[in-house]
Amino acid sequence: MNARQDPDTQADDSALLSVRGLTVHHGQLRAVADLDLDIAPGETVAVIGANGAGKSTLLGALAGILRPSAGTIRFAGRDVTGLPAHRRVAEGICLVPEGRRLFPSLTVEENLLTGAYRRRPGPWSVEAVMDLFPWMRERRGQSAARLSGGEQQAVALGRALVGNPRLLLLDEVSLGLAPAVVQRIYALLPALLNGHSPAQGISVLLVEQDVAQALKVADRVHCLLEGRVALSGRPAELTARQVERAYFGPTRPRDSAA
Amino acid sequence: MIWVDALVQGLLLGGLYALFACGLSLMFGVMRIVNLAHGDFAVLAAFLAYSLATATPLGTLGATLLLVPAFAAFGYLVQRGLIQRALTVGPLSTLLATFGLSIVIQNALLQGYSGDTRALNPGSLVSASLHLGGGIDVAYLALITFGLAVAVLAALQLFLKISRTGRMLRAASDDPGAAALVGADARHLYGIAAALAFGTVALAGLMFAMRSSFDPSIGPTRLLYAFEAVVIGGLGSLWGTLIGGMVLGLAQTFGAQYDPAFTLLSGHLVFLAVLAFRPQGLIPARSMS
Repeated sequence: MNARQDPDTQADDSALLSVRGLTVHHGQLRAVADLDLDIAPGETVAVIGANGAGKSTLLGALAGILRPSAGTIRFAGRDVTGLPAHRRVAEGICLVPEGRRLFPSLTVEENLLTGAYRRRPGPWSVEAVMDLFPWMRERRGQSAARLSGGEQQAVALGRALVGNPRLLLLDEVSLGLAPAVVQRIYALLPALLNGHSPAQGISVLLVEQDVAQALKVADRVHCLLEGRVALSGRPAELTARQVERAYFGPTRPRDSAA
Repeated sequence: MIWVDALVQGLLLGGLYALFACGLSLMFGVMRIVNLAHGDFAVLAAFLAYSLATATPLGTLGATLLLVPAFAAFGYLVQRGLIQRALTVGPLSTLLATFGLSIVIQNALLQGYSGDTRALNPGSLVSASLHLGGGIDVAYLALITFGLAVAVLAALQLFLKISRTGRMLRAASDDPGAAALVGADARHLYGIAAALAFGTVALAGLMFAMRSSFDPSIGPTRLLYAFEAVVIGGLGSLWGTLIGGMVLGLAQTFGAQYDPAFTLLSGHLVFLAVLAFRPQGLIPARSMS
């Protein structure tokens, strides 16, 4: 199912995030090709796909780390395509990067405080994050380098939340973590809506290798293949066969002999 | 008693070395660059203070109060304008760029002031000293320099530890990319680090000029001592820089007691010994990633 829209379609300004015709190159390689995407306020959107499908590149362009070669990114009605990465937090876009990337010479509390550097007004604060993860209170003075993978992921998530984003970008949260830890982290996502109505809640765009987990938490899912959206829809409406086809492409992997 | 005197003089001399070194330590700690023109900027500050003190009614104190913040602002501009561009090209480029700066400054000073030595007049402080028992005299100038060094290091340490900007400086030195993701403009933060480095080195240059004569060519030697103090104390630790400065000062004054010709050599020998037996320095604060 080809989800590409007509190239003349205007960006949807009722959406919080509206991506049109996004093309991002890694040198000669076109990692994201002419991609369209919308995210409504308070919506959780998952982007799945095989390695090299363009998922992390898409997040990189949304976070401002990578410059698109073509296309537009509109956020809350503003064109942010060329906005440098360090100005996006003030706009309301916070990325939890792949591999956590906490600051190793800072403590747990200091890492959370860095998220408040350019924070927007809102309900999230270092104290609120510590209410969400009570263990952080006891270990607030501990060096971030000494945390386990799951704990680092929690701190990285808290660091992004403290900025009070309108759009939270999650890059491969499950990478390197035990399945039980991943489940616990994803179980937190509803808490991000924080009791507000969906229109006021935080939108989430998550990139995931763990397809089952992604389908469980997302309102809508996009499957990328070679930089384009190969499949879109609500998880309940998609069959496993459809997802598999979109994930791997027209050539199905051979069934191994029993 | 001469050894006690050497001890006291060496420790106080360490304060001056620490003042020279803390800017170097800061720039290396935050940006991983060595500013080869570090010592030359100190000499530039000394010459400018000389001009201001002799040609205007400002005097030495007024020149100091004017030049230290002026050099801090100048440092921010040099960082944003020159060093930042070199940084984006690669680590060796900053060495080349700052080396070029060093040559430019030395020759500009030579052109402007000639090669004659000058000295800054610290007024009544020039010969006043505290008379301790046992024939030990401690120059007020040396005490003030040491006090300034401790105050500057304490202020820097506090700034890095507690303030919002200091915290982001530490974060940006860990991972500038991740710092950008929380909204920190690494270029601006690097500019602040450079401003602090240039301000402190200007102060160091002025304190040096008040106790010793100077000429356009002594910059690289100042850089060398600063570098040695940083390495002896341990990269990444500001208080280590003070310890390193004091060890270097002690090595020089004790060496001088043995034979005045050995003054500088003793310092270099101690530096070599530290490199050979404890290369991470006396107080290693962070592991080299």
